[in-house]
Amino acid sequence: MNDSLAGLSPARLHELLHQMLLIRAFEESAEQLYLQGLIHGTMHLSIGQEGSAVGACAALRPTDYILSTHRGHGHCIAKGARADQMMAEFFGKETGYCRGRGGSMHIADVTTGNLGANGIVAGGVPMAAGVGLSIQMQRQDRVVLVFFGDGATNEGAFHESLNLAAIWNLPVIYFCENNQYAMSMAIARASKVEKLSDRAAAYGIPGVTVDGNDLLAVYAATQAAVTRARGGEGPTLIEARTYRWKGHSKSDKQRYRTKEEVKEWQERDPIARLVQRMMAAGILTEDAFTQLQAQVETEIAAAIEFARNSPDPDPATILEGVYA
Amino acid sequence: MSRELTYAEAIREAIDLAMARDERVFLFGEDVGVYGGAFGVTDGLYQKYGPERVRDTPISEAIIAGVATGAALTGMRPIAEIQFMDFITLSMEQLVLQAAKLRFMLGGKVEVPFVLRTPAGAGTGAAAQHSESLENWFVHVPGLKVVMPSTPADAKGLLLAAIEDPNPVIFVEHKLLYRTKGSVPEGYYTTPLSQSEVKRSGRDLTIVATSLMVVRALEAATKLAEEGIEVEVVDPRTLKPLDADPIVRSVSKTGRVLIVHEAVKTGGFGGELAAVIAESEAFDYLDAPIRRLAGLDIPVPYNRELERRMVPQVEDIVTAARRLVREAR
Repeated sequence: MNDSLAGLSPARLHELLHQMLLIRAFEESAEQLYLQGLIHGTMHLSIGQEGSAVGACAALRPTDYILSTHRGHGHCIAKGARADQMMAEFFGKETGYCRGRGGSMHIADVTTGNLGANGIVAGGVPMAAGVGLSIQMQRQDRVVLVFFGDGATNEGAFHESLNLAAIWNLPVIYFCENNQYAMSMAIARASKVEKLSDRAAAYGIPGVTVDGNDLLAVYAATQAAVTRARGGEGPTLIEARTYRWKGHSKSDKQRYRTKEEVKEWQERDPIARLVQRMMAAGILTEDAFTQLQAQVETEIAAAIEFARNSPDPDPATILEGVYA
Repeated sequence: MSRELTYAEAIREAIDLAMARDERVFLFGEDVGVYGGAFGVTDGLYQKYGPERVRDTPISEAIIAGVATGAALTGMRPIAEIQFMDFITLSMEQLVLQAAKLRFMLGGKVEVPFVLRTPAGAGTGAAAQHSESLENWFVHVPGLKVVMPSTPADAKGLLLAAIEDPNPVIFVEHKLLYRTKGSVPEGYYTTPLSQSEVKRSGRDLTIVATSLMVVRALEAATKLAEEGIEVEVVDPRTLKPLDADPIVRSVSKTGRVLIVHEAVKTGGFGGELAAVIAESEAFDYLDAPIRRLAGLDIPVPYNRELERRMVPQVEDIVTAARRLVREAR
């Protein structure tokens, strides 16, 4: 037990570092494959935000639920999804998590409790209250964590959901990844409130702001919120401050921010920070880190191979899945 | 055994039976608890099942739809109430972009079994924002089912079928039907969704009508029968997915069809019905153009007479039917 590392065991920290590296490598590969024309449509990369995705999910059990966002690749991996079935989904293949019907923006893995990314800003936030109520009414030992961005906090549905979860004491963790921009709209221009977690006061629930690029801080804050939720004390609003290194989507010319600003945030790389902390604590060696990186490369290569070799959906099945 | 119940009582009985039978079923919405619902439909259920399973919500229509979706996705069988169909405009995102699409988007790996009940319709003097009939908006959305019962027996059986159904169902009730009475079988029974029903047989003209308009069409049919015009009245009951066969068969038999609904004509369900008929083998049997009688293309007016004129009345149906029977192609 090492208090400076949020009580996480060395083995667990290795797992979490592995997840962060896997997310980074997955998204870098996905971007390359997109540029090569092997993946179509669009995608929203979360490179730079791995600390919040992994730190938040680290505080959850496999049986807990998450609801995710359009920038949800990291959440999906952090909750336990396989890279190969995710990559197959990006390729639109039948073996993908959504049988090629959802793509990047609707990636989900219900077997690991990921009820889905979402193409609508704050789209998952109202559903989270429903999932929380379902858990409460079925007397299950579960919680639901809903990810959303800073942009979502200005949607009306955000207000309705937090209010309801608060009055009904629902086991929901509202996890805001404040990456500073809602597409091009800076949060400072979109909200008069400096700390988005201050909005929790409006619902009579706790709100906390953490450094989203510090996995250990994210984990600790989420852990506290999860404990509250499991104990029947209701929801918590967490704001994790982070930054997306890439544009909003594939069409973004990034006129709304400077290269200097991006560089400044890249120096706060959540992965490099965790590596430093682990090395300083003597639980990660250069060799072990190199090995971890090699392992991730192999995994991604295998995922791409699986995706390429998987069959497309049979056009004869086009009507399937609309109704149960 | 059957007995006379009102449409509202039949709906209440269905909810009661479903809740008694299945722990996963719960009811929630604005003022559905102690108040008993704005129209008294859920009266007494709070006393019987308590505040956990008969749940009052704040005035938050987006979250009502969100709770239905999220709870259905994770093992519950919610019955949500939107107090007036007009207010469903505030629930649209969760219904249309989430509930309806989740199963498909996730590759068929989830189910979203909920029922959203909502009273629609004009005739109460409540004017433009409490009188809407918006059913066709939902007919346009793959993944949703849309049910509109016209009788107490259908209301009970269709609601129980909707609750059993593994998909999101928009269950549209009509305020003016709540106090209408009819024979309703006792006990638990389901009336299958997507099954149109011939409510009256006739040889001269088919009227396809929905909800309250079925009642008015049947009244019109009685009057027309006195003039020797035999009208067949078909009630789709489920608008989506539509069971078109009984409609096509009826029109093929009579050669004439009048479509009657309360919602405004432009973009209404009547357009879809007309197209379904025109594309079917019934087209070859038509002796006159397909006619629609529907709400005027205006917001619902407050003034009693203006409100009456906005929506098809029995005499309007009689006149339109009479004219159509005399019409030749």
